[in-house]
Amino acid sequence: MKLFTDAVIAILILTNLRLIASSRISACIYAVACQGVLLGMLPLLVGPHYLTVRACALSGATVILKGFFFPWLLLRALRSANVRREMEPLVGYTLSLMIGAVLLAAAMWFGRQLPLPVPDHSPMVLPLAMFTIMVGLFVIVSRRKALTQVLGYLVMENGIYAFGLAFALSEPLLVELGILLDAFMAVFVMGITIFHISREFDHMDTDRLSALRD
Amino acid sequence: MNYGRLALPVLALALAPLLPGIINRTKAVVAGRDGQPLLQLYYDLAKLVRKGGVYSRTTSWVFRAGPVVGLVSAVAVLTVLPLGGASAPVSFPGDLILMAYLLGLMRFFTVIAALDTGSAFEGMGASREVQFSALAEPVLLMALATIWLAGRNPASPVHGFLFSLSAMYSRLSLATWVRSGPALLMVAGSLLVVFLAENSRVPFDDPNTHLELTMIHEVMVLDHSGPDFAMILYGASLKLWALGALLAGLLVPVRTGNTWLDAGAVILGLFVLAVLTGVIESAMARLRLTRVPQLLVSAGFLSTFALALILWS
Repeated sequence: MKLFTDAVIAILILTNLRLIASSRISACIYAVACQGVLLGMLPLLVGPHYLTVRACALSGATVILKGFFFPWLLLRALRSANVRREMEPLVGYTLSLMIGAVLLAAAMWFGRQLPLPVPDHSPMVLPLAMFTIMVGLFVIVSRRKALTQVLGYLVMENGIYAFGLAFALSEPLLVELGILLDAFMAVFVMGITIFHISREFDHMDTDRLSALRD
Repeated sequence: MNYGRLALPVLALALAPLLPGIINRTKAVVAGRDGQPLLQLYYDLAKLVRKGGVYSRTTSWVFRAGPVVGLVSAVAVLTVLPLGGASAPVSFPGDLILMAYLLGLMRFFTVIAALDTGSAFEGMGASREVQFSALAEPVLLMALATIWLAGRNPASPVHGFLFSLSAMYSRLSLATWVRSGPALLMVAGSLLVVFLAENSRVPFDDPNTHLELTMIHEVMVLDHSGPDFAMILYGASLKLWALGALLAGLLVPVRTGNTWLDAGAVILGLFVLAVLTGVIESAMARLRLTRVPQLLVSAGFLSTFALALILWS
């Protein structure tokens, strides 16, 4: 079981890597979808009680929302907005990878500094959560396209979710579902906004929006 | 020294030219052609050795020394190279660094021999080769460090002599894979990238191309002829064998204790790796040159992450 958990966590970290190294937006969306599915499986693997009704409900809702619904919504926005690639990111891809390595090191150091109240969890969950949050933030600030920034937001939310996993026992289900609902609303609204921005302006580079005047 | 162990380098010297043959044959089969005979490289070598060399008047002794030093370094690598559980004839603490830098010496002499010709194309190839291998070398060392850490027993104190390739690889068993499988899988991935990059195989360089502008390794050896070129081809196949053996020794965790069985399993693994390389070359196109560093940095990330994963748990 531990081997399997380790493998899932390693793949999760690698999906983050894929997100910051890929210029193709559809590849980024699939990476985030894969991350959503694996994150949904994680509550069943981590923690002392593997298969409770609560864990199954949480995991099912997460997989459906993050693994299928959000990616579907974003792929639809991608089709309607007619962009394929993030052409000129503010930070290049090779440099992004190196920054990713630094962030991972920072996350691991940070994970070691924070002892958790729950003893029986994999030691990699906390570094994973910190790394995912930082990658999400990094993607938000270093990419130009609104769609990639939404992906960054989603990944950051995934990180917060993974952080919550470490406390899954002491955290009520309602809070977890509330966060999911918030993320759902946010992505929904952002999907519509992207569609409107790209219809109005023929592109969705957010940094050019700051030049707008009324 | 155990003379029975000398069989490993001898086996490598005899079988290494078979690997490019298998790769080419796989590519031919996938493309629906008959392809070259499996032993084509042996015929080529025999033909080249019987020819005379042609030397340009602008070249110096460096140009003539390049292929010789390259071949000698490749043969020297074989003496410290284990095949999985089968130990190498020579092993001492830190021989993995010797191996990395013997490969470095081989590359250095190929590069300065290429620069010695004064050809602009060869200079371009040399520049690319140096750029990519500067990124590939840390990945190799990081991957080997991870393999060493994975094989070490947390209960017993660390002995210096374990830090040799043979000791590292003989401690790597099925139990190690069960204990830290994900990390080792990532190390295997990064070693595969190094294997393809260092041997100028497809996602990095196309060995079949004849356009000097895009070549890396082939362009550096354009001016060599006859026996010199034979030495380069033979040295390249030995390098293919050496880096492939590092990967196959990791992926084939057969540790029976019987040297012949272990070595045989790894050699079979090497042949499978050659087939896999052929399939990769058939399925992929060469990467744009600007994308190559990105892939190598990703491989570095992968092996560093594997190292951290093993240190963590």
